[in-house]
Amino acid sequence: MSKSKEPFSPSSLQSATSGVTNRVAGSVLSVKDLSLDDLNSVLHFATVLENEDPLLRSRRLAKRRVALLFYESSTRTRTSFELAAKALGADTALISSLSSSIEKGESLKDTGITLRALGAESIILRHLSSGAPYLLEASTGLPILNAGDGMHEHPSQALLDLRTMLTRLFGAEKASAVNEKTLDGVTVSIVGDIFHSRVARSNALLLPRLGAKVVFCGPVPLLPEVAAAIGPGIEIERDFERALARSQVVMMLRIQAERLAGLHLDLEEYKTRYQLNLERQAAYAPHAVLLHPGPIIRGLELTAEVADGPQSAIAEQVRHGVAIRTALVLRALEKGKLESPEKAAKSAKGSRA
Amino acid sequence: MKTILIKGGRVIDPASSLDAEFDVLLRGGKVAAIEAPGKLKGNKDEEIQVIDARGLVVAPGLVDIHVHLREPGQGYKETIASGTAAAAAGGFTSVCAMPNTIPVNDSPETTRWMQSADRGAVVRVFPIAAATRGSAGEALSEYGSLKAAGAVAVTDDGKPILNDAVMRQSLAAAARAGLPVIQHAEDTRLTVNCSMNAGPMAFALGLRGMPVEAESGLVDRDIRLLAEFKDARPHLHVAHVSTAAALESIGRARRNGLRITCEVAPHHFLLTEEAVGLYNTNAKMNPPLRSAADRDAMVAGILDGTVDAIATDHAPHATHEKEQEFERAPNGITGLETALGLSLSWLHKTHKLPLTRVISLLSTQPAAVLGLKGRGSLAVGSFGDVVLFDPAKEWVFEASQSRSKSKNTPFDGVTMLGKVHTTISEGRVVFAAE
Repeated sequence: MSKSKEPFSPSSLQSATSGVTNRVAGSVLSVKDLSLDDLNSVLHFATVLENEDPLLRSRRLAKRRVALLFYESSTRTRTSFELAAKALGADTALISSLSSSIEKGESLKDTGITLRALGAESIILRHLSSGAPYLLEASTGLPILNAGDGMHEHPSQALLDLRTMLTRLFGAEKASAVNEKTLDGVTVSIVGDIFHSRVARSNALLLPRLGAKVVFCGPVPLLPEVAAAIGPGIEIERDFERALARSQVVMMLRIQAERLAGLHLDLEEYKTRYQLNLERQAAYAPHAVLLHPGPIIRGLELTAEVADGPQSAIAEQVRHGVAIRTALVLRALEKGKLESPEKAAKSAKGSRA
Repeated sequence: MKTILIKGGRVIDPASSLDAEFDVLLRGGKVAAIEAPGKLKGNKDEEIQVIDARGLVVAPGLVDIHVHLREPGQGYKETIASGTAAAAAGGFTSVCAMPNTIPVNDSPETTRWMQSADRGAVVRVFPIAAATRGSAGEALSEYGSLKAAGAVAVTDDGKPILNDAVMRQSLAAAARAGLPVIQHAEDTRLTVNCSMNAGPMAFALGLRGMPVEAESGLVDRDIRLLAEFKDARPHLHVAHVSTAAALESIGRARRNGLRITCEVAPHHFLLTEEAVGLYNTNAKMNPPLRSAADRDAMVAGILDGTVDAIATDHAPHATHEKEQEFERAPNGITGLETALGLSLSWLHKTHKLPLTRVISLLSTQPAAVLGLKGRGSLAVGSFGDVVLFDPAKEWVFEASQSRSKSKNTPFDGVTMLGKVHTTISEGRVVFAAE
């Protein structure tokens, strides 16, 4: 049997069976979809667009159509994607699972086809099922931006977390470019409900590519040993204080009660071991940047004092979210090709003239 | 019914330890004679169809003891007619139909209905009845009358019997009725909301994983219950084994003298969880595709004889059902038309399992597991169930050409070895390749 016909080697079976296809240009379903060049261009454009004259910016995607399809509730992600699209001049339509035909049983595939027929050039999807964006992309052929799928990934969150930590650690002027060594010597601890967290997965797959060490910290029911196996540069530390002591960045996560599925957790014990409070912060991580993807539950995973304290970059994360998502929306509608800033400046001048 | 003379083929009949050139004569739906080439001629007054089998293997028709034919109730996925047409195309002449139909087949009426000529089956259908009423896991169905109506085993496939007392009763009643109990071994308390094998890949994909222990734990529980019996000897058959741990327990229990058998599905001896890729719902089944170590253990168990039968778990689903979010998509893949090709490619060619053993695992042994008399054998007097296939022919399986109503298979476009030429069920040609 010739090699091309050999159906039973693991690699050829993989290609025959897995349904893995190339991404539609502009789609970001996982942080893995972005090469280092892509990352640089997204970070760069986040800065360019953030600083751009709002009127010029709003001509970039004037009257083009972007749909926001949200099967789960969201404040930050939804609003920042919407503001991002509008800042570029696009028309947005928000479809949420309540108050739409999804309630009547319309499938994700048909909902996607309908949105495409309504003129959407890209769909921003939040879904409670891991992997749903792959189905939507395959069904519509449109660039999809994953705004969080089940417990899988939340790539735009990882990008905004990256921009926030770059700004805090190195200054705003160094937040627009990265390479494999940018985060050498930086340890990022991600603490709490890792199992249910798409934010943890996206960050853990992204940050080690830039040289960072990721430390997962939490109790076994929320952090199975297998978590460290999802990529290189990830380790597990059960002791919160030891994790804090080695971290330049600490990312606290909410316990996702809506996904616990019968898991019983002693919240008082959890707080005793894993809550970030002022004493712990002062004793073990007095300089570490504090991140949280939100929503925060004050008094559970962290106290009000640390959430509002000087090390907290939680509100900054939200601001960076708009910048990052503006770049991602532009990239999606430009089919993955963000122009170099010089060219963009030229074409912006051209369109003004 | 025409008399059929199959000439010049390599007859492989594990039941009679035959592997040589013979001619085979089928008359009146039975095997009438097997003789050296050229010796057989029909009677002068009968019409004879001669099949030239030179270059082909002539084997007892294949027997699949685990299929879902979806009737009654879900004819949009499959009917008994379409499912048996797919069986015939895959070389199967006997299929055993699981009871998770709508309604659940827990009655002699449904059992008989499934076997009625009105269903349009082209190969023999043997119903497997529900072990408990409605497969609710509480009150037993009536095994004696189910057997009288034609049921060949009982099971609550897909809804395993977790309650010890009910499983004990089921084993006892089945032993009295002379039926095997088939268990889909899954401790469903450990698999709530799970959609693939537990491990790094499930974690990375954000999917809840089914642990190996959910299977092996229930197999161990069943073995414990089986060992409690002193006089009666209930027969437990473990469906679609997927884990090394469960297979090891089964082998040990059999060495300890318990009456236990098991089957493995082609996808479990062939694929690993890697096939899930990026949420491919055609790689979603229950039990799930496992690790490479478990997959290799299935192959080893087949080679060393621990595995009694290959069974497909043919589970047709409509396209719109599989084109859903991974966690929402139903479990299962079709399998009747790919089982022989996959077995020959992987077990015979790659792992050097002799042809006679492959045929035995697909025919003689499964027939023996469920006590299907006169099946899985070409001995004179057996049913005229025969498959002719070209063991050297490579072909590409195309799901769109499938006889099944459903196309949910991960093997679309896969090149496989060993193509079915003709399938004969009880003396009638029910499939002939173009």
